[in-house]
Amino acid sequence: MEFVSYIGDVFTPINFGLLLLGSIGGLILGATPGLSPTMAVALLIPFTFQLDATQGLILLGSVYTSTVAGGAVSAILLKIPGAPANIATMLDGHVMARNGQGAKALQLAFVSSLIGGLFGVGLLITITPILAEWALAFGPSHLFWLAILGVTVIGSLDSPSVVKGLLSGCIGLWLATIGFDDMMGAQRFIFHDAVSGGINIIPALIGLFAIPQVITMFAYGRRPSGAEALSVEPHPIGEAIAEVFRRSRALTIGTLTGSFIGMIPGVGGQIAGLVAYDQSKKMSSESHKFGTGHSEGLIAAESANNAMVGPSLVPLLTLAIPGSPTAAVLLGGLLIHGIFPGSDLFDNHPEVAWTFINSMLFGQILMCVFGLYVAGLAARVAQVPNAVMAAIVLSLAVFGSYSVQHSMGDVYVMAALGTGMYFLERFGFSAAPLVLGLILGPIAEANFVEGAMIANATSNLWVYFMTGTLNLILISVVFVSVIYSVWMELRHSRYTTKDQVVGREEEEASS
Amino acid sequence: MRTYWQSQHILASGLVAALGVVVAYISFTAEPSRAFLFPRIISSFFAVLALWTFGKALVGKTKVGNGLDRTAVLRLGPGLIVALVYVFWAASTLGFYTATALTVFILLTLYDPSPHDEPRSWVRRAIVTACFVVVMYGLFAMLLNVRTPQEILF
Repeated sequence: MEFVSYIGDVFTPINFGLLLLGSIGGLILGATPGLSPTMAVALLIPFTFQLDATQGLILLGSVYTSTVAGGAVSAILLKIPGAPANIATMLDGHVMARNGQGAKALQLAFVSSLIGGLFGVGLLITITPILAEWALAFGPSHLFWLAILGVTVIGSLDSPSVVKGLLSGCIGLWLATIGFDDMMGAQRFIFHDAVSGGINIIPALIGLFAIPQVITMFAYGRRPSGAEALSVEPHPIGEAIAEVFRRSRALTIGTLTGSFIGMIPGVGGQIAGLVAYDQSKKMSSESHKFGTGHSEGLIAAESANNAMVGPSLVPLLTLAIPGSPTAAVLLGGLLIHGIFPGSDLFDNHPEVAWTFINSMLFGQILMCVFGLYVAGLAARVAQVPNAVMAAIVLSLAVFGSYSVQHSMGDVYVMAALGTGMYFLERFGFSAAPLVLGLILGPIAEANFVEGAMIANATSNLWVYFMTGTLNLILISVVFVSVIYSVWMELRHSRYTTKDQVVGREEEEASS
Repeated sequence: MRTYWQSQHILASGLVAALGVVVAYISFTAEPSRAFLFPRIISSFFAVLALWTFGKALVGKTKVGNGLDRTAVLRLGPGLIVALVYVFWAASTLGFYTATALTVFILLTLYDPSPHDEPRSWVRRAIVTACFVVVMYGLFAMLLNVRTPQEILF
């Protein structure tokens, strides 16, 4: 119950102001097609340099929470999912809006998001301190395997091809070795002055997530968005709340599915929404109504999307292993303030950890309250032409990368990585494992070197890294995730990936 | 006869494989060798997976990735060139705000669907550009007081 003593910190004028700003801004950013939660958080990191760690995390956390929910606005009113996570929301939500129930659909979406989100953050509050204590038992070999696990799980599960996913992870791990080796003082892979100090994580994140989206917008050409916002008629909120609770089966399925999926590193929100929608349809007595503007589908999808947010941060805050690309970006936000997640965070900076977690709890409420009012504005912002969005994102990417160290070298790295990533994505590679490789590479290497020293002094490398219960469990999870993904790939039954979503969006745009 | 799509995959995976082999070669030959212990492990997996992908592309067994069609290349080409000129030359030569203003205006000209022969379209583009740069300047230079590249112009 330690979190209770830090609740007051959320309500200091600056912290609450940032929470409000992040919640409202996140709703608008989330409604903007092409601005995914990960990209929005990455672009905002440079704005947190002037803030202290707690304030920065409150801003980033509230934006993360609200962008996930804000994507529902454009999915419902424009039939354009703000993010891949909102694909399932669109299936019934847009039909409801077309039938004159736009306000009701938005209310159901935000109320379901609130309930799912509160449950997810509650889970985060409950599990995190226990796991953080448990993490103290981890030695260098375990941390090494955990870092490798983070890359392989996301590489095998988040990519359309297991081999290309793992290859993307390897590229990220290699990029992380560029620069000076701290242990030996040697230069490694420095082929240009811009990378002489290594690849800075923030410009890399901005480039890898923002630039491919900018180029994708260019690929749409001179084409009007064609998105027409449907008007919304007033609808009593009380009825929407009553309906959400009347559809308790869909709400429970969505909330539990989202929470469970959120804790699995690499799976992410788009899967949570689609799996919850699918399960809710299978278990419903009115399954034939799904896709025709049925509220159950909408409630299941939206509660799952936001229930995923809290649990997706559990591996990050306890083990320093970001379980999703957005968590990886948040890790970057923590590291620039000199804070390392895990037991260090809860022992030495409990005010940062708990104020951040509490702000996510209250952020869910603000998101729901303001979501209903901001929806109309957000839908209009979502109609901003691609050309304007591309120019804005490009300028923010340049500014954000430069402001980290006031170095044009970082801007060049951002642009080079982003452009390269766009072309790699066209050929089935994935940004998420590459980013995790880049972030977890130094953690893996530092623990590998430390472990190797211990092994030389005590036993040998094989015994130190490959034996022991915890090592064996972690190694097993690495292999199981890869084997499971290969099996699923061979059965052609892998879930919808970002690549497919992007492909589908482009097909729709060019047709 | 290889299709355009297959050839693209061969080229892309070939480049990645070449990178993997070069990284592995450097990792195994560079000194001091202890500094390259971890890169050696990583690059071994990198090279093997990259060569496997290249091999699959060569025999036409690549299953994922839409590649790039000619229409997409023609559409994104001009914007990409403008963006790269902005990043690699204009921002550090003209100054951040000047370069941003020029880039935004050129991108709007290239990609805004409004007809080019209507004076109103040009006025709207100019207003959007001006508003955007004013907001950026107000936010970054005046409110957040963050440094940006300032060269011959502001």
